[in-house]
Amino acid sequence: MTTHLIIQTDRGLLCPPGDFYIDPWKPVDRAVITHAHSDHARAGSARYLCAQVGRGILQTRLGSTAMIDSLAFGEVVTHNGVQVSFHPAGHVLGSSQIRVEFKGEVWIVTGDYKLDADSTCAPFENLRCHSLLTESTFGLPVYRWAPSSEVFAEINGWWQTNREAGKASLLFGYSLGKAQRLISGLDASIGPIYLHGAVERMTQEYRAAEVSLPPTTPVSMAPTGTKWGGAMIIAPPSAHHSPWARKFAPVSTAMASGWMRVRGTRRRRAVDRGFVFSDHVDWPGLMATVKASEAEHVWVTHGFIEPVVRWFRESGLDAHAMRTAYEGEADEPEVSE
Amino acid sequence: MKKFASLYATLDATTKTTEKVDALTQYFSESSPSDAAWAVYFLSGRKLRQVIPTRKLQIWAAEIAGIPDWLFEESRSTVGDLAETIALILPSQTEGTHRPLAEWVEQVLLTLRDASEEQQKLAVLAAWSSMDHQQAFVWNKLITGSFRVGVSQLLVTRALSRVSGASTEAIAHRLMGDWQPTSAFFAGLISTDHSDSDVSRPYPFCLAHALAGPPEDLGNIDDWQAEWKWDGIRSQFIRRVGQTFVWSRGEELVTERYPELKQLGESIPEGSVIDGEILPWKDGHVLPFAELQRRIGRKTIEKKLLEEVPVVLMAYDLIESNGLDVRNRPMEWRRTKLEEMAAVVSSPTFHLSKLVSADSWTDLAAKREMSRSHNVEGLMLKRKISPYRVGRVTGDWWKWKINPLTVDAVLIYAQGGSGKRAGLFTDYTFGVWDDGKLVTIAKAYSGLTDDEIKQVDAFVRRNTLETFGPVRTVKPELVFELGFEGIQKSSRHKSGIAVRFPRMLRWRTDKPAAEADTLATVRKLLPGGSE
Repeated sequence: MTTHLIIQTDRGLLCPPGDFYIDPWKPVDRAVITHAHSDHARAGSARYLCAQVGRGILQTRLGSTAMIDSLAFGEVVTHNGVQVSFHPAGHVLGSSQIRVEFKGEVWIVTGDYKLDADSTCAPFENLRCHSLLTESTFGLPVYRWAPSSEVFAEINGWWQTNREAGKASLLFGYSLGKAQRLISGLDASIGPIYLHGAVERMTQEYRAAEVSLPPTTPVSMAPTGTKWGGAMIIAPPSAHHSPWARKFAPVSTAMASGWMRVRGTRRRRAVDRGFVFSDHVDWPGLMATVKASEAEHVWVTHGFIEPVVRWFRESGLDAHAMRTAYEGEADEPEVSE
Repeated sequence: MKKFASLYATLDATTKTTEKVDALTQYFSESSPSDAAWAVYFLSGRKLRQVIPTRKLQIWAAEIAGIPDWLFEESRSTVGDLAETIALILPSQTEGTHRPLAEWVEQVLLTLRDASEEQQKLAVLAAWSSMDHQQAFVWNKLITGSFRVGVSQLLVTRALSRVSGASTEAIAHRLMGDWQPTSAFFAGLISTDHSDSDVSRPYPFCLAHALAGPPEDLGNIDDWQAEWKWDGIRSQFIRRVGQTFVWSRGEELVTERYPELKQLGESIPEGSVIDGEILPWKDGHVLPFAELQRRIGRKTIEKKLLEEVPVVLMAYDLIESNGLDVRNRPMEWRRTKLEEMAAVVSSPTFHLSKLVSADSWTDLAAKREMSRSHNVEGLMLKRKISPYRVGRVTGDWWKWKINPLTVDAVLIYAQGGSGKRAGLFTDYTFGVWDDGKLVTIAKAYSGLTDDEIKQVDAFVRRNTLETFGPVRTVKPELVFELGFEGIQKSSRHKSGIAVRFPRMLRWRTDKPAAEADTLATVRKLLPGGSE
């Protein structure tokens, strides 16, 4: 029986010949990190390896004492005979797929990824492999994304309408990645853009990495008596219904998330608008990625694992579930995007 | 169809009444009378009978999307709504159709009924391919007879009144009963000439809220009239120009289903409208609601059933007297008139609702405690000076129900909810212990807070033992206190017991599953104690 190049353990995904873990959820000696979201990058490991462009954010997230090495995209390092390299995943700044090669066998761990246009990070790179380990957060055919230009047009239209009604626009999106992608698509001629503290910290990292974004101001820097009417405020979902959000009234609220595709979820969030806008791959994208990879074996992690596995099996692929501690079936935008 | 679909989206997206009325007002002022008539029809909760089985729609949609049936099923159970799932998997059409709503309904939807399956499929596929996502969703809701949106008829009337200048009362009255959604009907609906009448037309029902605080807050008990709150079918009984009409609260004309009441009409004075309750009644006692259920929905009644479950009218209020609308007279005045009528009507099917007198709220509370022995749900409190208003009003009428029966039961199955609760496990089945095993006792959907629902949902996902389609068998671990209004023996249920209006009162996090109630304990709650 052949042993797999990547296996699941109670600490995380392990590459046995290389003796390193990918996105471990418990402390290990060597952790290879796909991206800095908290369910993938956990503190406590002895040494970390990530993509160069994502190093700053990872250091901020893990703390200044974390030992982090980095590689440029495409650069190969060999460890115990295993070749490891990072390739853009298009999810957030610095997000990577991990390519692992040992004795001619190639595995790709996608981490979180998307195929859609995003000016704030490098676009997803299609790689060929024998085994592909993919996420499946939105692995059902009901999840399909419109081009981001259309969503930005909707968001700017909503902002404009609110401005004309003298209202502030309070837009919720995850503070790392989603928020900066939203900012990148805003039409700054409509009004000023303010950021919640958590979003501000991550946006500084993006600016430090020379990602081009329209000018923004932290809410905390706004002078007392600021009139919020016509302004756009970007905040993490946890700020919804918080005392912090009260000062913006009269306000229209919106959530940007892939979960907004479904009416029930949209209504449950109790926001005025739901924009279908995700940093995860949608169903057609997932199909296209697996096909382009030419992988014979597909491992499916966090999301709609069972249906995706079954679908690929019925399509003639050797597909399996890989249980991880990433935000599995979570249906809550805050944790999974 | 564009405007109607976008109206739906607006109504669906907001919870603010003013925004809803604004959106409705704008829609009615911009639409043709024929479109507006259908919009009123659907928005006021009227439905066309489903013409195509949902199963067929599902198969056709999956076929177009190129996905197998099981994957459609997976998607549907996540989305929680069939019409929406179909709209979500169909190829996107960004432009959408400009064809008016009335045309879609009259020339397509209504013709589907008599069409062959082949024709139906062609028509539905053609409709889907011409509609954008929002239109396809609304269309699917219409053809499956499941169109619902968060507006009350009251908001629709308010918007119509704003557009036309006709009074909301006149509009509400015209919306009662049977009507056809035509442009002529719509013209009449918003007419400012208020002299119209229709012999069969009922009045909008006056409804009560549940009393939340102590009754003392209502002030002096002498200002209030108290009656038993019966558990039957709230109805309006109409006698005009020698004809009798019985309307249910669901605005359904049910005269033919209750021949006893039709006959009662002969003894009721001309020009009367009585607000009352249809009750199953035999040998001087009310029968359980489940008995009445045997008669609901049956258009033809066999003699045997008529003998087993005879019904009576429990009269609460008189809202038309001698052909005059007396809804604005005080309750006390109307009660006197009703009593005068009761004195001359001698029919075993006519019962005057008894007043429950008390010297103090404490005294009344003690009488309320006797409700279960009278087979009633509690008391109704009506302010003596109150008019008979339209809809659910606050302040004048109150339901003062007795506390429910309770049982501690274990969560054994969970199923995904729909609508706002789609994608969450919110529909639960509970069991109680019998001989070391859990037997199903009730299903319940309501009573938990959003936070609790989230926690239970997470529990279900982590503790699924087996999956049967949408239903998950979960580890028997969580205990909930269930409340219900009534309990009786039933041969249809495995437990031998049927409960009425079950809901979750609280999550007993303090109780391990082993300490939940047993079937024997539950049987003791049956009328007459244990079996």
